[in-house]
Amino acid sequence: MTKGQAISLQKNDGGSLTAVRMGLGWQAAPRRGLFGSRTREIDLDASAVLFADKQPVDVVFFRHLVSDDGSVRHTGDNLVGGVGQGGDDEAILVDLSRVPVHIDQIVFTVNSFTGQTFQEVQNAFCRLVDETNGQELARYTLAGGGAFTAQIMAKVHRVGSGWSMTALGNPANGRTFQDLMPAILPVL
Amino acid sequence: MTAELVRGQNHPLSQSRLEIRISAGTPVAAAAALSDENGRIHGTEWVAHPGAPVQPGLEVSRQAAADHRLAVDLDAMTEAVHRVSVLLALPAPNGGAGPARFGAVAAPFVAVTGLDGTEVASYTITGLDLESAVVALELYRRQGAWKVRAVGQGYAGGLAELLADQGLSEAAQLAAGIDEAVARGLARSVQAPPPRTSEGDRSRQAAAPAVGHDQGSVPQGAPGSVPPAYGGQPSGGQGQGGPQPAYGAATDPHAASGGPVNYSHPGRQTSAPPPPPPAAPPARPGQPAQPVAGDATGWSMEERLYNQVWGMFEDLARTAAAYRSAVDFAESRMDKELEQALSDPRSRIGGQGDAAREAARARYSQLVDQARASLDRDVAQLVAESQVVEPALPPAFARWDNPCWHAYRVPMEIPMALRLGDLRLPEAEAIRIPMLLRLPLERGLWIDSGRTDSLDGTFTDSHDMRRLAMDTAVAHAARLLAVYPADEFTVHVVDPAGSGAQALAPLSQTGVLAGPPAQGAAGVTEVLARLIQRVDLVQMALRGGAPDALPPGFDTAQQLLIVNDFPHGFDDRAVNQLRYLVDEGPAVGVHLMMVADREESAGYGPLLDPLWRALLRLTPVPDDHLADPWVGHAWTYEPPTVPNGSEVLRQVLTKVAEARRTWNR
Repeated sequence: MTKGQAISLQKNDGGSLTAVRMGLGWQAAPRRGLFGSRTREIDLDASAVLFADKQPVDVVFFRHLVSDDGSVRHTGDNLVGGVGQGGDDEAILVDLSRVPVHIDQIVFTVNSFTGQTFQEVQNAFCRLVDETNGQELARYTLAGGGAFTAQIMAKVHRVGSGWSMTALGNPANGRTFQDLMPAILPVL
Repeated sequence: MTAELVRGQNHPLSQSRLEIRISAGTPVAAAAALSDENGRIHGTEWVAHPGAPVQPGLEVSRQAAADHRLAVDLDAMTEAVHRVSVLLALPAPNGGAGPARFGAVAAPFVAVTGLDGTEVASYTITGLDLESAVVALELYRRQGAWKVRAVGQGYAGGLAELLADQGLSEAAQLAAGIDEAVARGLARSVQAPPPRTSEGDRSRQAAAPAVGHDQGSVPQGAPGSVPPAYGGQPSGGQGQGGPQPAYGAATDPHAASGGPVNYSHPGRQTSAPPPPPPAAPPARPGQPAQPVAGDATGWSMEERLYNQVWGMFEDLARTAAAYRSAVDFAESRMDKELEQALSDPRSRIGGQGDAAREAARARYSQLVDQARASLDRDVAQLVAESQVVEPALPPAFARWDNPCWHAYRVPMEIPMALRLGDLRLPEAEAIRIPMLLRLPLERGLWIDSGRTDSLDGTFTDSHDMRRLAMDTAVAHAARLLAVYPADEFTVHVVDPAGSGAQALAPLSQTGVLAGPPAQGAAGVTEVLARLIQRVDLVQMALRGGAPDALPPGFDTAQQLLIVNDFPHGFDDRAVNQLRYLVDEGPAVGVHLMMVADREESAGYGPLLDPLWRALLRLTPVPDDHLADPWVGHAWTYEPPTVPNGSEVLRQVLTKVAEARRTWNR
């Protein structure tokens, strides 16, 4: 799918989508020379901001791993990245059927906590997966994507009784999701 | 030289004494059927199966296992036998614990070997899906010589269909009998080691010749006389108090036939892989799965239930959080909209303002209704789960009205946790979450006899409150005594004014106390001195690195001191000793249970604040002072109540006292 394209998360057979996972993966920084421990680690962070009527009411990120209602869960902070073979190094799981009724939008963001721009990170990607069947709904290659340290990746929002997803892919700059708030608000 | 067979391929056999090795990724039952030259099985006695494992020239395992060795002696077969079919079946495909179809497990591997272990032929049974029983291979006579053929014919209808297909008229009954025998074997093998043979099994086997060589004797007892005990509760909950001597340790026939040596410690539970959790029946589409007791991770049923209860606790906390945040949001949104409608001067004329207010209220109630609906859905699911979990709880986790207390036996092991009462939230009155506290206790308990205004507005006067508090304390102490093995928990009571004598009757009359309740200041001093000496001794021994060096006759049991009517009978020195016990006691197994009103000791000022803070406060009446660790809701705590007029407490304590007398060394 392309930027700005919206897809409904209703399945064809009428059952609606119940769980999505946002995955983030990147390759650890290569070791440099003699003092191997002095490599400059790369720490990317995935966050999900929950909005009710354009007001942020909850956020799931590495300091708050489970939303109060338990419907959005972060699998835990990864500070260094993986081997870059396509697996998710951080993931956020959303149980859409249990999201509180007043939450109408969930925005997923990626930011570089250690400050490297996506140009400097290898094999970085983020994707949104339908957890029920493992199908990828959206995928962005972050690496080489420009001199940005953050991306507003996608939002899932309520449509009728179900959920719909819009791919955004807006580049932004910031260390944590708080810095991205000004960039998030226009896309709600 | 091994021939790897494909389906339908055959291979000559040069030896007549063979072993057939089976390995599957999951426990399967193995059987062997004999048939004549026309492929007919003549009767049930032509089938060697877990219920009747030995036939002439043929022996199979008595239980389901992932690996089997079948011994076959082709020379010992009668002339009428022309074919030996090796059958595999998943144990109890319907309602059993394991997978229900071969498609869900790794492809089974079958090998025919000589007695020296050399493989003659092997066959991997692939391509199975819905089948729950399969003819793996067959050995057959062809012109006076025996051959082996890879068959791999599966049957979705299980053993019954398989046997019927081979012309056996009693196929259904035999298949049921095999399932029964497998379930019985499972009950024996799954319960953590040592594998116990139930009393019933043993008495029946007494009629069979070779007792003591377990796999040689065939239990021919009527199938079904022993209910499958799978999923039984640990620590003797199933009525088999404690581990029995290693009798029957040879239920695994491998042990005698040169199988792998079992290095696991027979008395250590964690050395055995955990039995599979009870599988939930598949959910009907569009509906939540049926809840099952023990549907959580853990090494034992007890641990699974503990984890499940905590899972329910967290789910309810979070579900309530979702509901509360939605309602809060709806309220704040309505307030904002009403304010807007009021502040807009245009709307003050005409009906516009009313309409805006109306709309705001409608939006509010719509959102709240939605939130309520999803809360109700989640609570209904938890209620259904609670209804299956509560009856399955072992005594330490169970309410006093649970029937398991009537079948109570003094346990051999300390349970993981203790139920202190129930927790509930005002949004979900239909469900009570058991409040489980890990054992051994890490902090003392404080039964608050002070607060006299309860949640529901009823007034309890201070006299009644004290009696209730003491009753509650006795119920907690009785439960602690009951769930610890005999002689591993000792209770001391300090009742300076003797006011708790009536409430203490169940403890003192059954004789489970260390001594009569200590009275007066002298009694207080004496008991405290004894416990302090104990704390010091154990600390010294531990710090000196010589925990074995305690004096002979030293009581190594956990100690609980119940203090009633504090600070009556306590002087300054005794108060300080009590504080010392609270701080240092739990680490060396000395615990405190205060039954007190904090106001009465207000004269000591802030000196006692650390004491109260160090204790876990419980109340004799429902009270909302406990918070959960995830969201921090205020949960209403309900103390455990013994059913009115029930003798269960006294019966249980009598058994504890009895066990102490008989086990006293």
